[in-house]
Amino acid sequence: MHPLEGRPVDVRPGAFFIGCAQLESRVESTTCSQPAAKELLVTPAHPKLENRIGQSLTGAQIIWESLVREGVEVCFGYPGGAIMPAYDAMIQYPIHHVLTRHEQGASHMADGYARASGQVGVCIATSGPGATNLVTGIATAMLDSIPMVCITGQVPSHLIGSDAFQETDITGCTIPVTKHNYLVTKPEQIAPTIREAFYIARSGRPGPVVVDITKDAQQQSCTFEWSDEEIVLPGYRPDYAPLSEQLEGALDLIKEAKRPILFSGHGIIKASATDTLMKFVEKTNIPVACTLLGLGGFPANHPRNLGMMGMHGETWVNKAIQEADLIIAAGMRFDDRVTGNLKTYAKNAKKIHIELDPAEINKNVWVEVPIVGDVGAVLRELTPRVEANERSEWLGHIDSLKGDSAVRDIKNLPDLGKLFAAHVIHDIYRFTEGKALVVTDVGQHQMWEAQYYKHDYARKLLTSGGLGTMGFALPAAIGAKFAEPNDSVWVICGDGGFQMTQAELSTCAQEGIKVNVAIINNGFLGMVRQWQQFFFGGRYVATPLLSPDFVMIAEAHGLTGIRVEQRSEVEEAVRTAEATEGTVVIDFRVEQEDAVYPMVPAGANLQDMIERPSPEQQHNPIFETGEDE
Amino acid sequence: MAVPVKRTFAVFVEDKPGVLNRVASLFRRRSYNIESLNVGATHEPGVSRMTIVCEADTDKARRIEANLYKMVNVLWVDDITHKQTIDRTLALIKVNCSSEQRDEILRICEVFRARAIDMSPDRITIEITGPRDKVDGLVSVLRPFGILELVQTGTVAMTRGVEKHDLAHPTVPASRNDAA
Repeated sequence: MHPLEGRPVDVRPGAFFIGCAQLESRVESTTCSQPAAKELLVTPAHPKLENRIGQSLTGAQIIWESLVREGVEVCFGYPGGAIMPAYDAMIQYPIHHVLTRHEQGASHMADGYARASGQVGVCIATSGPGATNLVTGIATAMLDSIPMVCITGQVPSHLIGSDAFQETDITGCTIPVTKHNYLVTKPEQIAPTIREAFYIARSGRPGPVVVDITKDAQQQSCTFEWSDEEIVLPGYRPDYAPLSEQLEGALDLIKEAKRPILFSGHGIIKASATDTLMKFVEKTNIPVACTLLGLGGFPANHPRNLGMMGMHGETWVNKAIQEADLIIAAGMRFDDRVTGNLKTYAKNAKKIHIELDPAEINKNVWVEVPIVGDVGAVLRELTPRVEANERSEWLGHIDSLKGDSAVRDIKNLPDLGKLFAAHVIHDIYRFTEGKALVVTDVGQHQMWEAQYYKHDYARKLLTSGGLGTMGFALPAAIGAKFAEPNDSVWVICGDGGFQMTQAELSTCAQEGIKVNVAIINNGFLGMVRQWQQFFFGGRYVATPLLSPDFVMIAEAHGLTGIRVEQRSEVEEAVRTAEATEGTVVIDFRVEQEDAVYPMVPAGANLQDMIERPSPEQQHNPIFETGEDE
Repeated sequence: MAVPVKRTFAVFVEDKPGVLNRVASLFRRRSYNIESLNVGATHEPGVSRMTIVCEADTDKARRIEANLYKMVNVLWVDDITHKQTIDRTLALIKVNCSSEQRDEILRICEVFRARAIDMSPDRITIEITGPRDKVDGLVSVLRPFGILELVQTGTVAMTRGVEKHDLAHPTVPASRNDAA
């Protein structure tokens, strides 16, 4: 122990790098989070494509040669001056390009494509404003760890730094919001850089990578070379294997635990570990709580599934977390929306954190046993070694918690002929039989969707969790439809968020693709209005929203629009939307001042939830205590 | 709670354009305040070495290390705070100095093992190399004479004895696995 240290390092089993053994060889690794990655690295050129290795090609051609070899079938973009050579070469290659109406749409589409398929999404834009318009989508992908490659044009290399027309330093701009980025100024750098970009984007904890290519590099020619060898980046270590003492530590804690709870995060879905998790849970009977992005990673209708945790999680879930004596956090990162006040968060629980990214360990919540590694591989190691357990006492206790907090049960909303968002979403769930691929925007409807649409399958709920990007839903749904053309894709969004990227309706029309758009239209920026109601004295500043007639907007695009004002009309609207060819927009005119319950105010203790006031008690004293953050 | 102490990191990075910006951006983005940062070439071609000094407690130091490792261009990170190290700062100090004061200032320089490297009738320029506190000591002694100009480098640091880093094949240091 060093005298300057506040506490000894070695007695802390949670100390940081304890055993993040780096795998010596990635080839031998069986724990790679994305097994598909290796197969794709050796993808041959497209069958329709002449093999041009060794020929002299322009940089523009090399871009597409490389993308085809990385398995890209569709990309989303918007042309412009500095990327025109690349666009000119595009028609020679079997990649479908989707013209968006704004580059932000392109980046969200690539993101939605990646979320739905598990493959790398690709978007493309020109220099300057084209590139900066991608940034919101890139940051969205970064916060949710989505594999994405963004190709941007750049002014010719001799003009860089001269404030040339449409010049921005996009590599500089995107350093904080990308996993990595590149500026390419020579045609011979293009192919190796794009290979690296895909490798970095999809390996380890995935993320977006920007490849900025100067116009002269696109125009000049060089001999096209493509290597299928394993990429070696000396400073990049995507794969970590758990150490046996970490696993032993976890097994000991699981054995001792009387009131354990397992958190299923986005990592479960990304590591395709849903079946593995199921085996673990069925053996141990440990109840599962999901994060927003983890919904679908464990079936919502499974008896061990408690539901969503956190700010708008179920009361019984948050209470169970506060009472638990062990938390097994699998592929999640203890976001502030999940924990509430860290000082009072799960004080009774020891914690096991299974996470691929060592930088997430002990970031927000201090854990007894960190296990750095692929969550699927770790659970596969643990399952045969844990003891089967009935756990009837603890499960019974959680059931009794459920009993008292059915306040916001959907049945308690009065059916007064008014339309409530919860009813709409519950009905969409019923009439799509829970099988739709739902893409939500950000705000009240997002939380209602998370509460009332029960997702039993992974990758069937796409939402911007970390960044909370309004305008995400429609373009992401378009991307998802390209990834899963046979799925029924539903957008659930608010009247505010929809208008942020509404222009992409015309992309739907041009591409002839079908998504169903459910606008939860309450005439307010609803979540902000709710905070104003709870925490800002009910002053509705800049939240009332005058929207256009969404039915006419749909019709103006040659699409179908439906308006729904009564609960009795919901079923027919949903069924009509499902049966109609082409994109359908449904304008659900819901109750204007409904709020999402329950709610943990930002920074409040997890157990102090604002619950839906019962009819006789409209005033809830907790309303005034929430601190704004 | 762990006590924040001044930490020194030796960071080996690929010598590529923009890497300094990436590292600096990480510290800024995560609100880790850099006290000093020095970059220079190493004996390995293509590898630069940074010495970063910043204040952090144990947890924060580990997160800084982990976040540095996440960067594609970072090869190796060593938190040398509690190791036996040699650390040096270089400063050039230009001081008012009449001919009567010269002897006294030169004697002060001797005490601090500093050297006079330039002189004019009414001023003197002194070079000092040493640990940070030694440089600070000389500066405080010279201040009464009237400092006209002061420039100093960031700290560079190296561990004592032999600790071989194979930068061509960097791996996570064994010490991290032993920590348990």
